[in-house]
Order: sequence, then structure tokens, then C-alpha cells
Amino acid sequence: MVAWETVIGLEVHAQLMTRSKIFSGASTAYGAEANTQACAVDIGLPGVLPVMNRQAALMAARFGLAVGGSVNPVSVFARKNYFYPDLPKGYQISQYEIPVVSGGSLEIHTAAGDKTIRLTRAHLEEDAGKSLHEDFHGMTGIDLNRAGTPLLEIVSEPDLRSPAEAVTYLRKLHSLVRTLEICDGNMQEGSFRCDANISIRPQGETTLGTRTELKNINSFRFVERALHHEIARQITVLEDGGEVVQETRLYDPDRDLTRSMRSKEEAHDYRYFPDPDLPPLVIDAHDLEVLRNELPELPDARLARFIADYRLSMDDALQLNSQKEIADYYEETVSCANDETRLTANWVTGELMSWLNRSDIAITDSPVTPAMLGQLVCRIQDQTISGKIAKEVFEAMWASEGDVDSIITARGLTQITDTGAIEQTVSEVIARFPDQVAQVRAGEDKVIGFLVGQVMKATSGKANPQAVNEILKRQLLG
Amino acid sequence: MPHRHNLTTLRDMLRRREISSTELTHHFLERIDRHSDLNAFITVDEEGALAAAQQADKHLARDEHAPLTGVPLAHKDIFCTQGLLTSCGSKMLRNFISPYDATVVERLAKAGSVLVGKTNMDEFAMGSSNETSHFGPVHNPWDLQRVPGGSSGGSAAAVASRLVPGATGTDTGGSIRQPAAFCGLTGLKPSYGRVSRYGMIAFASSLDQGGPLALSAEDAALLLQCMAGFDSRDSTSIARDTADIDEGLKINLHGLRLGLPAEFFDESIDNAVLTRVREALGIFERLGATLVDVALPNSAAGIPCYYVIAPAEASSNLSRFDGVRFGHRSDQASDLLTLYENSRAEGFGEEVKRRILIGTYALSAGYYDAYYLKAQKIRRVIAQDFSKAFEQCDIIVGPTAPTTAFSLGEKTQDPVAMYLNDIFTNTVNLAGLPGLSIPAGLDEAGLPVGLQLIGQFMDEGRLLGAAHRFQQATDWHQLVPKGF
Repeated sequence: MVAWETVIGLEVHAQLMTRSKIFSGASTAYGAEANTQACAVDIGLPGVLPVMNRQAALMAARFGLAVGGSVNPVSVFARKNYFYPDLPKGYQISQYEIPVVSGGSLEIHTAAGDKTIRLTRAHLEEDAGKSLHEDFHGMTGIDLNRAGTPLLEIVSEPDLRSPAEAVTYLRKLHSLVRTLEICDGNMQEGSFRCDANISIRPQGETTLGTRTELKNINSFRFVERALHHEIARQITVLEDGGEVVQETRLYDPDRDLTRSMRSKEEAHDYRYFPDPDLPPLVIDAHDLEVLRNELPELPDARLARFIADYRLSMDDALQLNSQKEIADYYEETVSCANDETRLTANWVTGELMSWLNRSDIAITDSPVTPAMLGQLVCRIQDQTISGKIAKEVFEAMWASEGDVDSIITARGLTQITDTGAIEQTVSEVIARFPDQVAQVRAGEDKVIGFLVGQVMKATSGKANPQAVNEILKRQLLG
Repeated sequence: MPHRHNLTTLRDMLRRREISSTELTHHFLERIDRHSDLNAFITVDEEGALAAAQQADKHLARDEHAPLTGVPLAHKDIFCTQGLLTSCGSKMLRNFISPYDATVVERLAKAGSVLVGKTNMDEFAMGSSNETSHFGPVHNPWDLQRVPGGSSGGSAAAVASRLVPGATGTDTGGSIRQPAAFCGLTGLKPSYGRVSRYGMIAFASSLDQGGPLALSAEDAALLLQCMAGFDSRDSTSIARDTADIDEGLKINLHGLRLGLPAEFFDESIDNAVLTRVREALGIFERLGATLVDVALPNSAAGIPCYYVIAPAEASSNLSRFDGVRFGHRSDQASDLLTLYENSRAEGFGEEVKRRILIGTYALSAGYYDAYYLKAQKIRRVIAQDFSKAFEQCDIIVGPTAPTTAFSLGEKTQDPVAMYLNDIFTNTVNLAGLPGLSIPAGLDEAGLPVGLQLIGQFMDEGRLLGAAHRFQQATDWHQLVPKGF
């Protein structure tokens, strides 16, 4: 039995958040009525010419700086020639020999430790339109609203060794482009799309196996599933004595399988050549200086700060930094929670995340705001309520019953710290459970938990558990 | 007869209200109709022209003048004109009504000109005789059995036969200058980037330039001033004003050095052409210019270099004509591939298909380095030759074309013979320089000979100025073909 090693490289198309298209003045807003956001240039009318949107170039350069790549002072647009109905000009304007960004890398955290994933390049290009195969009775509709939308294609080296690593890398990249505010990362709207190049080889082998390209894997969940599938398929092929064919395969999420789209023989000859309509793209030292000064705190730096300044564990810091919005939420909550950094981290990664996941709600839409959660943490810290009661309060806030203090008052949830009242209840419990009391006195320490539970039950959970413990022990053993 | 006057004179007559734009427009429309057998026009817009003329007359009545107020003009059918057929001489676009105006069209309209129609041309500007047009060949007014040159053959025939006082053309390898030479006109290909390409249907993007075809250098200068200038919609457009053109017209020829490249005066050239060119240079000398010998040693590489780069760019530029969004769509198509294949097979003519094939081949994997990349290197060498020559002279001179107008059908079966028409013109496009053809007399058959003046980059002013001085001393540019 051969042990197989998986080799994956990813190509991500990140849609840049410019207001107008990369080579025309038409709007890039998503969701407009078909063909209402396609001007003469986007439609590819005879005689029209492209004009570079400088904003898209600067966003690409911003990315280059953030990943430590080299932002090429001069890069060149090229035409990629092929016929398709949603490609109006019969060619796509892209970059070929000299991309805007060369090199760079991303650090990812894996179970086996930190790992550097090298980037090959990032280049600018225009998106195509959409072919609509439904609703046209055997015909195909063309919507050119998306044609000319700026894309940054980010190509990694084949440094990823498992579907899990691929997903980790994608999440990292996703978080980075959002932090840089160059891409909204909306995968459902196609703003962040991924193709994967994948091959396998016997463990220890240094040359790469024949790869296939997987297209159309547009959610983190699909990426992992599609890659697992493709790896399994390739292993089966090789173990049955066959050969992997270099081809492009399409992932079908509905049927959860990949199928062949076109083989190497059918691959296009794109006849790339420099676009004579566009002068080379120049990004000079001054542009870079300005961009460098404007760079926001990057995800790696923020992670390090969470560990150093908030004294969080690596796991918590990683979880909180998995998305820019989660980290933002956390920091805002901490500022409302008397700097209770760790307790806040527990609540955000625990209760909050589980409610968000259960309800499939984005953190930015959470009914429990950072201010509300901060207040809750404060009430735990000042012992107004116990952690257990806090969960009840959280649930009530989730259901929009009000803020922390009004819920505590309305439901009478204030913790009983009055020792007189607790003494009274403890005495009653001791009287009701003579057998268990005898066991405790005989040295069976564990049974004391049962008695604490009875006291908590009698006070509807409002008694301070620490106080209950102390008083019980004193009355029984003291 | 108003059509005997050149454009500048007509413009002044309009300003002095010696004639109205409506009268003038009527007059030219009548001439266009009377001489429709020249086949110079694809579209005549009588209604639009008369409406624009009326509008111009209102302005003229109030003494409100733009540079060309009331002057009738024609555009080569390669320029997009809103609401009018813009066919590019092709079956592919014979149903294409442009929804927008080209920058050149917009600027000449803003300058007050009256658009009378769109002129015939070689299909997609690919040709040197106007015989590749879907709308049939154009006849040379100097001899109806001969070609007017191409690809701006309709514009050249129209101006030469005085159907309009001026017209636009485009020049990718000689398409303004060679027809100007064949029809006895002054035709200018400006420096690359001087005139916006927006709305000018692309043939070879790195070579195409729009420019004027006119009766004199003065007219050409006036038209160029209205056409030229930076356009934010064309990324290859150059930010330079047109002050140099006015200044240029005032230069005198004393001390002006005219460079004669040996390569432009070889034995392959028609004897009559060579004689007329030498005589013209003699006149320049008498006017104070000095002649110096220069060398353009790589000129011979011009044709092969051009016929790789131009078709390569064309093969990509013409991909948008796929039958999907506009233009000809085959009704013999059962699926996507046959829709593409049949629409393009039916919509494009032979010469266009030939160049698409050549260009596709030159860009294909495995051939790119040997053809396209090599041609780009040769292009740089050719440009360097010009730079070197300009160290010794101010203007380079020679014949525009090796022959005068040839007979219709004479070269249609021999593409290479046809391509050799560009031998003195296409290196100018490869180097991005301005080139001007002016009339230098007639050959034994009474056909016009063209003298080419090639200037340094953005030096149109000096070119036009030198030609203007020459035309003040000669009257070749005032000859009118018989019957017109």
C-alpha cells in the first residue's frame, strides 16, 4: 500500500471593490437588471477602447505590499483570445508575462505548526459576463453587467498538502483581502472564487504528478469536499493502474462529484499578446510609499497583538482572527467589558459563535451587540450573576428581550450573595437528605456536589455557588 | 462653381455670407448624386446634412463661428456615427447603426462641419485599391478604369472629384497617403496618438491613425486642428495641443534639410514617379531647402514586419464580430460553433479572412516568438533607423507609392503585389511618425504622382508648413480631373 501525498495550488479570483469597471465607467454594483450596467466598452461595440481604472491598479499594489510580494513598477496588459458568447470582445484583457505583483507569501497555522505558502503572482484582469441557461426556452441569455468587473487573480505555488490546509489558506486570504478593503469576499455573489490545481504522488517522491484543475468551488465547504473527492478519485485511478489525465474538471455541489470539462488536447491556445490599446501599467516608488502608509493592521499583526496585549491563548486568538468582523466584534466587546479580555474571548468564541452558527447569522447582524455582551461580561465579573445565569440572560438578549440589566431585574436573576439566606437553604437541604449527608461525613467528598446542586436548585440557580460550597462544608464538617 | 474652391476658401466665403451652408450642402449633395457611379459613398445623409446646414446658417447669421461652421465633410465609413450606418465596408456590419459617435466625428461636428455621408473603403481598411469593399470598388476620377487607392479610396475619390471639400480617412500602412497620391490630394497620417482612435473601428491598434484628405496642406492643417488633441477615452492618445500646426504653416524653407533615403529611390519605382519626385525636390531646393542623403537600411523589412503585426492585431480586434451582439448573424446555425463559423465565413470577405488567418497563425503557441516577437524587434530597429536619419535632416522625402493608380482588377489575384503598394508608407506607421502625401504632377497617362514627406514625432506643423510653401509655388494640387 503506497502512502500518497497531496499537492494543491490555488487560483483565487478576488473581485476588486472599485465603484466602476476596470476599463470603463460603468457601475460594478451587484444585482442590477440584466445588461443595464454594460456600456459601449463593456459590450465591445466596434471602435470602443479600454481605459485603465487606476483604483483597481492601486488595490492590486496594496495586496502586493501586504503579502510581501514585489509590486512591479511596470506591468503589461495582454489579450487572452477565445470565443465565448459572454466574452464580448472575443478576448479577455488580463496580464500575462509581467503581472502587477510577483511573489509574496502567506503564513498559515496548521495542526502541524506554522507554514509558509508562497504566492506565484497576482494579476489584474477583467471579468466576463454571464451566460444564463434557464428561462430562455432552449436558448441562452447573456448578461453583460459583470463584464469588465475588475478581478485580482491570486495564484499560489503548489505548497498546500491537504484539503484542510487549502481551506486554511483560503480563509487567511479571504480575511486579508477584506482587511485590506479591496474585496468584499462575498462568495455567494462570486466576489471571491477559487480554482484548484491538484495532483498526488507517492510519499517521498519529489517530482509532481499529473494535475487536474478543479473549477467552480465557491464556498469553503465545497473546497474541502471537492478536493477530498478529487484526491480519492486520483488515488483510485492510480491504484487501479491507470493514469491521471491532465484536464479541467468541474465540481457539481448538488451531486457532490467532479466531472471532466475538457482535456489538455481540447485546451485553448489563447494566443496571448500585449494589448496595443493599453500602455504599460506604471506604479512608481511614490505610489508605493503612499500605499504603504495607508496599510491597515494586517491579520498576522493583529493575531500577535491579541496574544501579547490581551493575553489570549493561540487557539482563542486564531478563532477570533478567523474573520476580520469577529476580531472587530471582540475588540469592541472588550472595550465595553472592563478589559476582561479572556472572559470576553470565551463568550465570543463559545456562546456567541454557537448561537450565530445555529441561526446562520453573520456576526455583523448579531442581535446581541458588542455593547450588550460587554455589559454581560461586566455583570459576571462583578458577581451580579453567575456564568450559568449569564447564559439565560444571553438567550433572552438574543430573543431581543432587552439589555442585560433589565433582563436581570425583570427575571429576578440577581445572584444571592446574602449568606443568611444561603445558610437557611443549606440547613433545609441537610435536613432533607440525611443519607447523602451521612455519606459526606463518612468521607465521600464527591457527594457534596449533589448537595450543592440541591441548594442551587432550591434558589433557582441564583445562589453564589462558591458561597454555597463554603457554607455547606462548614455546616457539615465544621 | 463653389466646388472649385478649397475648404479654407469655402469656410471664409461662408463666414462672409457669400454663400449659405444650405446652398453649399445642396450643391455638394447634387454632385454626389450626379457622380454616384464613382461609388465613393456608402451612405449619403441628405436629411441630416441639410438639417445641420440650416443650423450652421443660423450660427453664421449671428456671426457665431466655430472653425468649420457650415462646411460639408464626409467621413470614412470606419468612423462610428450615431444613428447612421457604420459598415466599415463589410457585409459583417452592413446592418450596424452605431449608437455613438467617434471622437473624430464628435470633434468635427463641434467644429461646425456638416456631415454629408460616409465614404466607401476597403473592408475593415484592409486593402490598397478599395476593391475589397462589400459595397463594390470605387473608381478613380482621373481614370474611371483605375483604382483610387485604399483603403480610404472613397474619401479620396470624393474629394478629388469635388463631391466634398474634405474628408476623413484612416491610415494603418498607407491608407490615407496612397489614395491621396493616386487621386492627386493632400493626405496626412498624423503621429500615432495625435488623433483619438475612439470610435474608429480598429484594424491594427498600434498602427491605426485617423487623418484628413484635402485639396491643400492649408486645408489639411485646418482639419487636423479640429480632429487632433488628447482624448481621455483613448489610452494611447497624447496630451499635446495643436499650436504647432498654426506655427508650422508660417515656416520658410531656408535651411530646411530634406533627407533622401537611397532605399526610397531604387529602380523598382516607376520612372515617371521618380522623375516627378525629383522635380518636386528641385522646387524645394529653389525655395531654400537643402537635400541630404540619408539611409533607412532596414526599410526592406518593413513589409514582412508590417504583415505580421497588423494581421496579428487584426485577428484579435475582429474577434468581436461573432454574430452574437451586433452585425451579421448567419441564419444557417444550429449551435454555437456553427453560429460563429457561419457568421464569420459569410460576413467577412476574402482579404479580411486571409489576414485573420495570418494573424492567428503568427500569434499561435510555438510561432509567437518566430513571428510576432521578431516583428516587434524589427519594428524597433526600423524606428531607430528613422531616429538616426533625423539626426541629419528635418524631413524625409520620397515617393508615396512606387506607381501611379493601377487598373481595377490588376492586382486582386496577387496579394503580395498589392501589399507592395505600402512599401514606402508602412514603415512610417511602424515608427509612429507623421507622413504627408502631396501632389507632385502627373505621369504620361495623366495620373497624379504623390510626394511623401515624413516628419519627426509630433512634427506635423513643419510637414504641413513645408507642403504649404511648396503649394504656394506650384499648382499641382489645384488640378481637377476631367469631367469634374
